[in-house]
Amino acid sequence: MAYSFPEEVLEHVFSFLTTDKDRNAVSVVCKSWYEIERWCRRRIFVGNCYAVSPRIMIRRFPEVRSVELKGKPHFADFNLVPEGWGAYVYPWILAMSRSYPWLEEIKLKRMVITDESLELISKSFKNFKVLVLSSCDGFTTDGLAAIAANCRNLRKLDLGESEVEDLSGHWLSHFPDNCTSLVSLNIACLASEVSLLALERLVTRSPNLTTLKINRAVPLERLPNLLRRTSQLVKFGTGVFSADVRSDFFSNLTEAFSSCKQLKCLSGFWDVVPAYLPALYPVCSRLTSLNLSYATCQNPDLGKLISQCHNLRRLWVLDYIEDTGLEELAANCKDLQELRVFPSDPFAAEPNTTLTEQGLVAVSDGCPKLQSVLYFCRQMTNAALVTIARNRPNMIRFRLCIIEPRTPDYLTLGSFDAGFGAIVENCKELRRLSLSGLLTDRVFEYIGAHAKKLEMLSIAFAGDSDLGLHHVLSGCDSLRKLEIRDCPFGDKALLANAAKLETMRSLWMSSCSVSFEACKMLAQKMPRLNVEVIDERGPPDTRPESCPVEKLYIYRTVAGRRFDTPGYVWTMDEDAAVSLT
Amino acid sequence: MEGYSQKWLMQRGEEINHGNSEEKKLELRLGPPNGDWSCGEKDESFYPFSYMSTTKGNNRDNHAQNFSSFLQLQSTAQKQSQRVQESVCTKTADLQSTEKKKAFSQTATVQNSAQKRTAPAPVVGWPPIRSFRKNLASSSSVKSASETQNVVPNKSANKKPMEICQKGLFVKINMDGIPIGRKVDLKAYDSYHKLSSAVDQLFRGLVAAQNDSSAGGNNEKKEDEEKAISGLLDGSGEYTLVYEDNEGDRMLVGDVPWHMFVSTVKRLRVLKSSELSTLTRATKQLT
Repeated sequence: MAYSFPEEVLEHVFSFLTTDKDRNAVSVVCKSWYEIERWCRRRIFVGNCYAVSPRIMIRRFPEVRSVELKGKPHFADFNLVPEGWGAYVYPWILAMSRSYPWLEEIKLKRMVITDESLELISKSFKNFKVLVLSSCDGFTTDGLAAIAANCRNLRKLDLGESEVEDLSGHWLSHFPDNCTSLVSLNIACLASEVSLLALERLVTRSPNLTTLKINRAVPLERLPNLLRRTSQLVKFGTGVFSADVRSDFFSNLTEAFSSCKQLKCLSGFWDVVPAYLPALYPVCSRLTSLNLSYATCQNPDLGKLISQCHNLRRLWVLDYIEDTGLEELAANCKDLQELRVFPSDPFAAEPNTTLTEQGLVAVSDGCPKLQSVLYFCRQMTNAALVTIARNRPNMIRFRLCIIEPRTPDYLTLGSFDAGFGAIVENCKELRRLSLSGLLTDRVFEYIGAHAKKLEMLSIAFAGDSDLGLHHVLSGCDSLRKLEIRDCPFGDKALLANAAKLETMRSLWMSSCSVSFEACKMLAQKMPRLNVEVIDERGPPDTRPESCPVEKLYIYRTVAGRRFDTPGYVWTMDEDAAVSLT
Repeated sequence: MEGYSQKWLMQRGEEINHGNSEEKKLELRLGPPNGDWSCGEKDESFYPFSYMSTTKGNNRDNHAQNFSSFLQLQSTAQKQSQRVQESVCTKTADLQSTEKKKAFSQTATVQNSAQKRTAPAPVVGWPPIRSFRKNLASSSSVKSASETQNVVPNKSANKKPMEICQKGLFVKINMDGIPIGRKVDLKAYDSYHKLSSAVDQLFRGLVAAQNDSSAGGNNEKKEDEEKAISGLLDGSGEYTLVYEDNEGDRMLVGDVPWHMFVSTVKRLRVLKSSELSTLTRATKQLT
């Protein structure tokens, strides 16, 4: 049947397929669909920049407009990946600058991007519109100035949680006077002051601006002025939220917020002075997303604000919210889908707030749409986890961090095997799970048996033998990313499930029991895996082969080994010899 | 669940009983001794769907049958690797294992004394919070929260103490000859002296490891090669600590009062003292 359609018709049909998965499925139907599909693919997502090369991507997809790339392993967020590991985007930009002159969007996560790359972007793509840099580093405000100055059609500049070297706040003034296309600007991660005049002028001439997230250095006094120029905003991130309290300014601020009729998302709130929070009350009922994870204020101010946000779908907050605040949340916010509770003082020996398992139980009970949880706390029980699992079988992401490693259930003093077991057994749609607390191999048996849709699993300080890893690798059919630290998992489970690794994006193991010898054997057995040993103690072959390696990162690739490894990374060769770079 | 745990214990018992007789099976290989334990088919396709279809059905039972032999191998292999680890890794500069030990000792104390918690020893990357959140936590949060709570009626006093904490507290530090950079949290130290001993701790092992590897296969002499990195501040040692300030100038650490240093430092560098320009040294001696 397929051949009877003209190419144009099929192309048009394919254009309605928006997910990568569907496009991939279409492309393997037959040779002609493969051909048609590759010529009309406009968006590419590469989950690991070393899994494929720019050359291969360009060869297969010649007409791409939007590229999204991810670099370093997720544990890089927590300082576990040493500096200089890699994930340099320059080779990609260089190749794309030659082959994709009509590229419009680049989205990067955990990649190193230099000013040189930013300049190349700004000069190579005539119709460049979107630059998103999440948790990237390696660049300065000079690179941003090049983007501002040269990308005449820029719609979105989002610096996410990148680490930018702040040379000057004047880069904002490089946006030309005729630049009116901005829809979204997020510079919240910048540390130093930006030119407020340039910022005000820029937002004034951007009639389509719907997202604006400014950084901590923008004083609260300037918000009313800024908001009055941007009353069309849907998402707004404040700067520092403290000032000398004056009643005229308070009413000024209140008025400015209420004039933003489209406002749905709020973030920022550094150094918040609780007395100014009531300025938000008029917009509370509109809000669907509220990020208070930098707002170091307590109850009753916190609870009072949140309980007025009846339409809230996403809430990020510090543990100052305590159990009582979460109970208020549960009673008032029936649409809540995502809750993240961060620790205000993660390194304190004693709990500094009354946040326990009870707060989470209350939310799971009161918010029927809750499906995504990140919860840092200091005590938990199996009973609470079982209740949460039964309350919310619709849970998709469940990340629990009991701060002290190997903490037992404080009531039974036992492990949390049964509690997490209940989570995976009841939440059939679970895609992401992070474990913490005291856990034995048995929890992994439950996970392997039940978590059939799990895609990403994080494990720390858990398990008592190789069997745990075996259960996960052999049981979790949909697993794509597995990250493990400080667990007694070793060679046997890894080698026995070697083939599984080719179905996954990546496996990270640090401070586990995998030997150097096993790494070499794995690489020999699985030539399409890159097996990279990260060892800051020096060459692993100067130690006995059975000595555990420090860190191990394994990923599938069609690009072969990478050549930008730093001195502390050793890529295992397919043939037995270890190559030293 | 009870049933399972009994089965589990039995398996473990078996493992102990038969452990020694299995010694010769210790040899590491890709699959289990009988070769039928592996999930991987020889001609495994690269793509997930084909993998699923080829392996799904037929391996489940094999797994169950082979658990006991799996356990035996695992435990003995682990013992051996532990032994090796003890004998070898203590010799080499081993940052990681000291971290591990800290983590272990910490949990041990916690488990022994249920009612009294000890301060958690730092474990790199745990709890899993990004560094900018740590900054938030260690500086403004606890204080400002309690302060604002009390001071709400006359708020004007609030602004100042928080401004001090605004800047990032983590700065990058690199050392000559060491490819790996680090980050240090300046708020964790209150004097140059403490900073310099922290730098010593950060890099001492790496320098030793570097020397080992550059010395080639001479593994025998490793034991006491970890030298303290001293004289960082007065230029008397092999290395000198310098920093780049917010104007991009390279300065000697120790020249200005600590708080001024903290507020202007952008990154740190441990330089070979021999490579410091004479000019900088002269300035230093004048002050």
